[in-house]
Amino acid sequence: MMGETMVYEVGYLTGIYEGIFRFQSLAYLLAAVLFILALAGLSRQKTARRGNLMGIIGMALALVATIIVAVFQTEVAAVTTVGLLVAAIAVGAAIGVWRALKVKMTGMPELVAMLHSFVGAAAVLVGYNSFLTEPGAAGAENAFHMGEVGLAVFIGAVTLTGSVVAYLKLSAKISGKPLTLPGRNAINVVMVVACLALIGCLVASRGVGEGIVPLAILTAISLILGAHLVLAIGGGDMPVVVSMLNSYSGWAAAMAGFTLGNDLLIITGALVGSSGAYLSYIMCQGMNRSFISVILGGFGGDAPKAASGSGDAAEMGEYTEVTPEEAAEMLKGSKRVIITPGYGMAVAQAQFPVADLTRRLQDAGVDVQFAVHPVAGRMPGHMNVLLAEAKVPYDSVLDMDDVNDDFGDVDTVLVIGANDTVNPSAETEPDSPIAGMPVLRVWDAGRVIVFKRSMGNAGYAGVQNPLFFNENTDMLLGDAKASVDAIVSAL
Amino acid sequence: MRIGVPKEVKAGETRVAITPDSAKKLIKLGYEVSVQAGAGREAALPDADYVVAGAQIVSREEAWGQPIVVCIDIPTEAELDLMAPGATLICRMRMESHAELADMLAFRGLTALAMDAAPRISRAQPLDVRSSMANLSGYKAVIEAANELGRLFGGQMTAAGKVAPAKVYIIGVGVSGLAAIGTASGMGAEVFATDVRPEAADQVESLGGTFIEIPVRQESSDGYAKAMGDDEQSRVQQVYAEQARRMDVVITTAQIPGRPSPLLLTEEAIRHMKPGSVIVDLGASEQGSNTALTVPDEVVRTENDVTIIGYRNLPDKLPTQASQLFGQNVVNLFKLLTPGKDGQCVLDEDDEIIRAMTVSLDGSVMWPPPPVSVSAKATPAPAAVKAEDAAPAASKSPFKGLWWKVLLGILAAALILAAPESMQPHFIVFALAVVVGFYVITNVTHTLHTPLMSVTNAISGIIIVGAVLQVGSADPVVCALSFIAIVIASINIFGGFLVTNRMLAMFARSSDE
Repeated sequence: MMGETMVYEVGYLTGIYEGIFRFQSLAYLLAAVLFILALAGLSRQKTARRGNLMGIIGMALALVATIIVAVFQTEVAAVTTVGLLVAAIAVGAAIGVWRALKVKMTGMPELVAMLHSFVGAAAVLVGYNSFLTEPGAAGAENAFHMGEVGLAVFIGAVTLTGSVVAYLKLSAKISGKPLTLPGRNAINVVMVVACLALIGCLVASRGVGEGIVPLAILTAISLILGAHLVLAIGGGDMPVVVSMLNSYSGWAAAMAGFTLGNDLLIITGALVGSSGAYLSYIMCQGMNRSFISVILGGFGGDAPKAASGSGDAAEMGEYTEVTPEEAAEMLKGSKRVIITPGYGMAVAQAQFPVADLTRRLQDAGVDVQFAVHPVAGRMPGHMNVLLAEAKVPYDSVLDMDDVNDDFGDVDTVLVIGANDTVNPSAETEPDSPIAGMPVLRVWDAGRVIVFKRSMGNAGYAGVQNPLFFNENTDMLLGDAKASVDAIVSAL
Repeated sequence: MRIGVPKEVKAGETRVAITPDSAKKLIKLGYEVSVQAGAGREAALPDADYVVAGAQIVSREEAWGQPIVVCIDIPTEAELDLMAPGATLICRMRMESHAELADMLAFRGLTALAMDAAPRISRAQPLDVRSSMANLSGYKAVIEAANELGRLFGGQMTAAGKVAPAKVYIIGVGVSGLAAIGTASGMGAEVFATDVRPEAADQVESLGGTFIEIPVRQESSDGYAKAMGDDEQSRVQQVYAEQARRMDVVITTAQIPGRPSPLLLTEEAIRHMKPGSVIVDLGASEQGSNTALTVPDEVVRTENDVTIIGYRNLPDKLPTQASQLFGQNVVNLFKLLTPGKDGQCVLDEDDEIIRAMTVSLDGSVMWPPPPVSVSAKATPAPAAVKAEDAAPAASKSPFKGLWWKVLLGILAAALILAAPESMQPHFIVFALAVVVGFYVITNVTHTLHTPLMSVTNAISGIIIVGAVLQVGSADPVVCALSFIAIVIASINIFGGFLVTNRMLAMFARSSDE
């Protein structure tokens, strides 16, 4: 059944053609199964590489089958089509390979955001094409088709600009501060309603000339909506944004699949969409925020509150400082050490010296593990990738839930570049902007050493962290990489 | 300004107020440091180390003649005579029992800061010498007890049979009590502890001890224990006596500032203790001790062979570390006194810590300071708040969530019913794929979130299929748009799979190494 609906001239098909379409159906079926297995494989370390391989095989199968069909049903010379296909894929492959090999692990969130925008853009283009080849006409079937085109373009365009803005924020090309226009939620609602109305116009339109105007306006509004949505979200919520856009890109692909009547696209889009949604859900849980509240504007939304929060520094009292040498002594004297990295570690490129430190301590018989908060870093799982890059074994990297009750047995905790994820006020102060967010209870440990550039800046949430002023907390101020290097040499 | 560090002359005093390490930190704060020759010898801190740290080695007279003098305890008359009028003296003063000191120091025109008067607030912790010294006392109390005790601390299983661990009972879980619990349980003893504050139970248990409740409760507003009424006292004494009977070591840590230490173990209680057991009395003093038979600064043996250790100067027996901690306390005080880090000592009497420590200021008496209230935060409160928070949220959200789901369900059903028949299979496929997607992802390990995302990026590139089928169109616009779509989708496919592969190759198990 798969693929049959894209066939316009079913009636003319000879045996060869029919064979080709059957092959395509089979290939799509296999590809869909392989994609499911790929995602399933990716959920465990043991099977992850096999999963990736299955994805590649599925993709290759689907591509080959589609190219064969495309060549057979081309309206122009087969050579031209093949030439175009080869040229386009070659260009795309070259760029893709180049980016994939060049990207630094700290830059993964940017790359992923960029790739999301491509899916969005492709969905918009495919939507336009399917509008141009099959414009509005009478009949329920066509009405649905036009509705799907409208939705594909809508979701695709939102994904496109949303991802571009996320990319710009992640690569610090624009400020991570949330843009808080007055009445921004009303603006969003108006834009969504306008888009729905325009899709209605599109459904009612007849022919390309009549439909192109609402489609163009729809695209423009969707593009603005996508950019505005992400601009309003603060830098601390980036992991949610990235996984949310991942989800959107999936839904965009699924909608494109509906417009083309292509089941493989629908399946893949739905898989990606739901997996992205689940990741967003995990991220939201990690911050104890509802999905809606994240979308409606980030932490920075409470700007005045945040400002007063950081002004509390004076009331928090005195903090104590340690030198790297003293920290090295403390680590040597510890039986169990847990390191909680945050995005600051990535910024300082400290993961390599941290891994070196870990190995040295392990050689000295100290039990060293990592505790990673779900929203540490700028995208889901970002810290894990950075630690893996530095050759930290993944089984010594623990999830928050695995470790949170054990901090009492830990002698020393190193907090490297993390702030909000270790802030006790999330548990103790109901008024705090991060109240209720699950945090790593590092303060239960015997001793906490916090690596921080300076005492001046608060975390992304703009909230002062009372942990720094605890009796059992020592601050190691300065560049995290230099500090860790100094500890390593002191050891 | 220059800080003088004289050698301690009191018999048995082995500490020095500033170590080379703390001298270095003071110099960093902009001060100059003059250390009397030989000041650190007893603490194994030779003069040469001070020189390396940047301090000067000077005579006794010079050390005392500096504008700021730091020492351990209140100096003798002769030493005070060496101080210049207007100079600042920083040391422990035991003001609670020596209130007359304030007049005397003021009369001499001195400014005096009592290191042992830091208020019990968390901001003052880094400079509280009572805490840092009590910590050492607690440790050393266990060591002294182990030394006197004629048996092993830790239990052992040997070929010759089993040896039970020693039972250690600690009365009073302050700083020294906690240190004693930690040390004793670290040595393998079975540790029990008692405190008038029920919230101390958590701390005791976190260090591996067992909390024994007593029938009296106290809450403290200044961070120190208070004296009890006679009736209460006799009731708790009974508990102590009962417990002490089954213990091998009892460490008493009760001290009340400015008053004689409370009596915890009566003569009667000690008479019923096991022969060979040891008591360490950290509350020993001339005015009164924690046990009826304590002799301050001595080790005595009772008729029923119970050893009572009454040393008051236990930190002196750990001179190097005691000096190090004292010196660090001093450095932390100077951090507070030197906001400009320019070696200029500023006494900001609006700062409650500095005010609490100031005994005299430029010849006028400042003692006693206004009281500083310590909000001994009860920890259970936040948990209660949290629970209350959670309740309304939980009762609200199911309704809210349901509302959305119902609406979405109706919309979807309407859409499916209205859709032409040829589309129905697509809805089925879509719905199944969504469900499969959720199930496949729910078990994903947290370490793989990023690779999962990049692989979904790659397979989202499947949208290329749509573009590939359109590129053969005769319409040049469609063809061009498809071309662009193929290019960017290919970036996704190749980039996504390749970068996933790169990441997965980096993940390694510890056993692979």
